[in-house]
Amino acid sequence: MESVIEMAAKDINSDELENFKKKILKKALFRRRASKLILTILNLFVALFLLLPLLYAVSIAFMPSNELFTTNLNLIPSTPTFNNFRQAMAKIPLKRFIVNSFVVAGFITMGQIISCSLAAFSFSFLDFKGKNVLFMLVMATMMIPGEATIISNYLTVSSLKWLDTYQVLIIPYLTSAMGIFLFRQFYKSFPISLYESARIDGCSNLRFIYSILIPLTKSAIGAMAVYTFINAWNMYLWPLLVTGSDKMRTVQIGIGMLDSVDSQSISMMIAGVVMIIVPSISVFIIGQKQLIRGMFSGAVKG
Amino acid sequence: MKLKNVSRYLSPYVYIVPAIAVFVLFLFFPFIKTIYLSLFKTNKMGQAKLFVGGGNYSDLFSSASFFNSLFVTAIFVLIVVSVSMLLGLITAILCNQSFPGIRIFSTAYALPMAIASSSAAMIFKIMLHPTIGIINKLLGLHTNWISDPRYALVCVALLSAWLNSGINFLYFSAGLSNIDNTLYERASVDGANSAQKFFRLTLPGLSPIMFYTLVVNIIQAFQAFGQVKVLTMGGPGESTNLIVYSIYRDAFFNYRFGSAAAQSVILFMVIMILTLCMFHLEKKGVHY
Repeated sequence: MESVIEMAAKDINSDELENFKKKILKKALFRRRASKLILTILNLFVALFLLLPLLYAVSIAFMPSNELFTTNLNLIPSTPTFNNFRQAMAKIPLKRFIVNSFVVAGFITMGQIISCSLAAFSFSFLDFKGKNVLFMLVMATMMIPGEATIISNYLTVSSLKWLDTYQVLIIPYLTSAMGIFLFRQFYKSFPISLYESARIDGCSNLRFIYSILIPLTKSAIGAMAVYTFINAWNMYLWPLLVTGSDKMRTVQIGIGMLDSVDSQSISMMIAGVVMIIVPSISVFIIGQKQLIRGMFSGAVKG
Repeated sequence: MKLKNVSRYLSPYVYIVPAIAVFVLFLFFPFIKTIYLSLFKTNKMGQAKLFVGGGNYSDLFSSASFFNSLFVTAIFVLIVVSVSMLLGLITAILCNQSFPGIRIFSTAYALPMAIASSSAAMIFKIMLHPTIGIINKLLGLHTNWISDPRYALVCVALLSAWLNSGINFLYFSAGLSNIDNTLYERASVDGANSAQKFFRLTLPGLSPIMFYTLVVNIIQAFQAFGQVKVLTMGGPGESTNLIVYSIYRDAFFNYRFGSAAAQSVILFMVIMILTLCMFHLEKKGVHY
């Protein structure tokens, strides 16, 4: 553009040049605004399309069941009601399932953060025999899909008489290779001299972790917490195998008790689904920023 | 003094013990046990009773049902990976430039990652309902999506693609933000159009993260279970009998733990070989 203006400057006077410049700037501004508008509209359509299942679920959850059965397109309930939620709560012990899921997901999240940060600390700051082999071994676990071990795990815990307890839902998930990798990636950015000088000042390892590493890696811990909590909340295959009674079922398994296609229960079932989606979505929305910052500042770039 | 040395020598191990113990007990040991079980016929309690060597494997490889399961899984993985990566890429590009409301939209695009496969499947079940489902109403059809073997697999695959699109959006967004913006400006000055910019700048710039996303997506697609269990139960016929569902059914309905273990080992091998192949290709093909 500059060269055009330069060339033009030789032939035309400064007044014309000013006008020309203004015109071009106006055009560019208009174009930028138009493209922003188009972008926003496009986004609106795509987002509506992708969120359709969720919006539809919320709408059905508030819809009285007699409204559901028409051949007309009924996107929004004309007389919204909380009845479906109340019925769902009455039909199955949903409160108990939600408590169970919070207990299980909470302990798994805490346990993973502790075990992964301890292991990552040892792998990044301490020297010991077999360190590389052990680290490779930990990373190799990422190659083994959970489904390849689930039968043996089931047989093990059933022979331990652990079926239908909290520990069987929690203990197998108390660590993760991804977590260790994530924390180590973060710890790598700290100079080893930080650790050495803390040691010289008489700081014990545990205190170093507690009062220096953890405060400095809050974003990694936040990301890990959000990710782990959501995954634990959404766990399906393992709880399906190892829980049998209403007392121990987690939400994802318990909600299956509402699953039937008879007319009365469809809106009730969707109301139940909406209730159990709310916690994981809330955690996600609250923690999204942390999650993105934590996962992508350390792990992917490295 | 000596005690202190010992503790100093041991302490690095103490910090990794919690993690390693869980890995050994619930990953390495059961993995080896699965391989061991795959060589035996078991009783109903899952105890190895009769050594059959490769018997379970040769049974599987002469079973039409198992080949069907592999075939169905392959198609499923193909659909899920391509659709969910495409969705992730489109949404990430849509959210790459700033515009009013970008925060809300990017939350919306990432949201499916917070939703459980089983919950999503229950919602899709109603959406695909032949009489009251919104899909038939919007399209003006009366198709029975889930009980038609032609459509059931596609439905399960699209559901899974939707679930995975959320995290793909995050991966691709991170990839896009790593591309230097001045590259685009310079390309514009040189008169490149948007298609050229997309194919010459965006896609090559995304190739490292694209590769990583591809690997993660393939591994994840192979492990789909909840959506099959809730939506189709492997049916109609065996048209959605994905490998993990087949393992589940063999072990916990037919009590053929040996055969199920053999299928688990095959699943592991398939995933490992695919991953290794992709890493091998990556060394050749992806430009950083």
